[in-house]
Amino acid sequence: MTDVLEIRDLHVSVEGTEILRGVNLTLKRGETHALMGPNGSGKSTLGLVIMGHPGYEVTSGDMLLNGESLLELGPDERARRGLFLAFQRPVAIPGVRLADFLRHATTNVRSPERKEGEELMPMREFRAELREKMGELKMDTEFARRYVNDGFSGGEMKRAEILQLAMLQPKFAVLDETDSGLDADAVRLASRSIADIGREKMGLLIITHHDKLLEHNPPDFTHVILGGRIVETGGVELAQELHSRGYERIRREHPDANEANRSMEEAESGQAIGSA
Amino acid sequence: MDMSTTTAGISFDAAGLERFIETRGEPAAVSQARREAWAAFEAMEWPDRRQEDWIRTDLRLFHLDRFQLGASGEQVPSDASVLSTGVDLGGQVRSIDGHGVAATLDPALAAKGVIYLPLEQAVVEHPELVAKYFQQQAFDVGRDRFAALHAAFWTGGAFLYVPRGVVVERPLHLLSGISGGCDLSHTLVVLEPGAEATVLAEYLSPTLEASGLHCGGIELLVGAGAHLRFVNLQDWGRNVWHFAHQKAVVDRDASLQWTIGAMGARLAKVNQHVELVGPGANCQVNGVMFTEGRQHLAYHTLQHHAAPSCRSDFLYKAALQDQSRTVWQGMIKVDQGAQKTDGYQRNDNLLLSEQARADSIPGLEIEADDVRCTHGSTSGRVDEELIFYARSRGFTRREAIRAIVIGFFQQVFDRITIESVREALGESIARRVREFH
Repeated sequence: MTDVLEIRDLHVSVEGTEILRGVNLTLKRGETHALMGPNGSGKSTLGLVIMGHPGYEVTSGDMLLNGESLLELGPDERARRGLFLAFQRPVAIPGVRLADFLRHATTNVRSPERKEGEELMPMREFRAELREKMGELKMDTEFARRYVNDGFSGGEMKRAEILQLAMLQPKFAVLDETDSGLDADAVRLASRSIADIGREKMGLLIITHHDKLLEHNPPDFTHVILGGRIVETGGVELAQELHSRGYERIRREHPDANEANRSMEEAESGQAIGSA
Repeated sequence: MDMSTTTAGISFDAAGLERFIETRGEPAAVSQARREAWAAFEAMEWPDRRQEDWIRTDLRLFHLDRFQLGASGEQVPSDASVLSTGVDLGGQVRSIDGHGVAATLDPALAAKGVIYLPLEQAVVEHPELVAKYFQQQAFDVGRDRFAALHAAFWTGGAFLYVPRGVVVERPLHLLSGISGGCDLSHTLVVLEPGAEATVLAEYLSPTLEASGLHCGGIELLVGAGAHLRFVNLQDWGRNVWHFAHQKAVVDRDASLQWTIGAMGARLAKVNQHVELVGPGANCQVNGVMFTEGRQHLAYHTLQHHAAPSCRSDFLYKAALQDQSRTVWQGMIKVDQGAQKTDGYQRNDNLLLSEQARADSIPGLEIEADDVRCTHGSTSGRVDEELIFYARSRGFTRREAIRAIVIGFFQQVFDRITIESVREALGESIARRVREFH
């Protein structure tokens, strides 16, 4: 049976302000979906909410993985069930080496029943796999000795997120602007890397402004989010339209959502929420 | 010397001191110094919170008359040591409640003139050598009542003497235990010019809840061109009072790496003083503190540049859980003639609860004009965004907090050149870190 991630009429608030206003989305493993929308539309929020960020309150609706609600599960339990978020702005964890972090993460995600204090995956096995994955991503293995995201350039952070994706092999991954901050060559490499990791093995939700990422990973579906709601869904041609012509038509055809988006944009510029 | 000599039931007063001296069989000069120290004790008052050094540390619940020397209870299990685990030792001195219980030294080192003994044994067997250094340069009996009390009643601890040019490769271990009684141990380390040694000293109790009193002294004398690595892990039970005066004197072109792990005691008040007395002397201090419950740990550090072209680098990091509290007050003092001084001090604190509190008071007192002295301190809470990030990668909340806390200490661990010490400190902290919301 194909794994399915379903988002049903999801409403989400932060400190009393509604940010998602009834999102519906069904993602099957093996499909690639693009999620596009102007600033403040709720794109990043959706990624963080799928992963269980504690700063967001789900006020109604549901998220289901193969029929099981995710709402009561913590971020670690979601990760261990096969969900992954490549962060738009990953945070630094000073003093924690990327390799050590990834060994622990990989062990927990691959052995969801592992209890605290139980053995991590064998060092030799982990290192061999990490070296292989870093080779595929054309990353210097020295990189793994650095502290997680600490002092990384924007591009390095995004590559570190892709490396984590490659190691954790999730069922479903949300890639939140994983192409931003990268130059054209780096975007090409990142795009190929994602394709190489195996698009067919994952359900991908790609949040992006960039057509390169979608060029290498053509979406089966394109969703447009505006004012906290998905207002249109189409195929790859919708993504192409948005890239060439922007959101004018969308805004015009969905005036209520456009109005909601405007007020959310204002709220967002007033307070930085979910900076992760 | 008869190791079984008992001093049970000796109270801290003039009569008690005479009874204590009777049991010691020490040279007359040592006994006389004890009497003079007691006179100094009686001439002083207990410190109170009106004094600058004591504003943040409340002593009102401390009552010396509730303690007696030699009230020995349980033994500290010999496998309780964390610093010596898996380490090939060159020698070991152990004492419980101030009584030496074991001393070993590699015969090859003894043949080179290295002496490593309980101090009480050394004052009897090597009276002149000990007298030359003991409480001469690195201990101020008149500093306060705790210094005077210590100088009057010291018992336990160790004497390490490394002759000129002798290199002690394997670490020497010193274990001091308190099991309900008192530890007034004194540790005197003398490295003659060009000598090298590593000392792993730890203070342990048999149980987490153990009570007791430590009123200790440490003197580290590092001769010209000598290199000393001194590690001091304080992991007393949570009801032990800990008062300590610790000083190192580092001579020309010598180096001292002094690593401190402070995790135990209900209240600890430590004066740590490094004096750089010869050009080119170098001192690095690495402090790791972890507190929980209602623990109160206060460290007063002084890095005193008395000679030119010396370097001192103090880094203290503390993580605080529950309602615990730390005080770190650091001072870099540079004498007028100490040009080309390079002094650095830093204290970072990570608060793991709303109720924990860390006070950080760096200070500079500089009389030379061609110096580089920098200092800084930070205090902050664990960022929930970091916890979320790690959890999104499958870490449980507690695993995430642990990783972040250990990462916080990594900068100081990276400076510690002894692997077993790094691991022992990291594991001791990881064990203590709990989940919080």
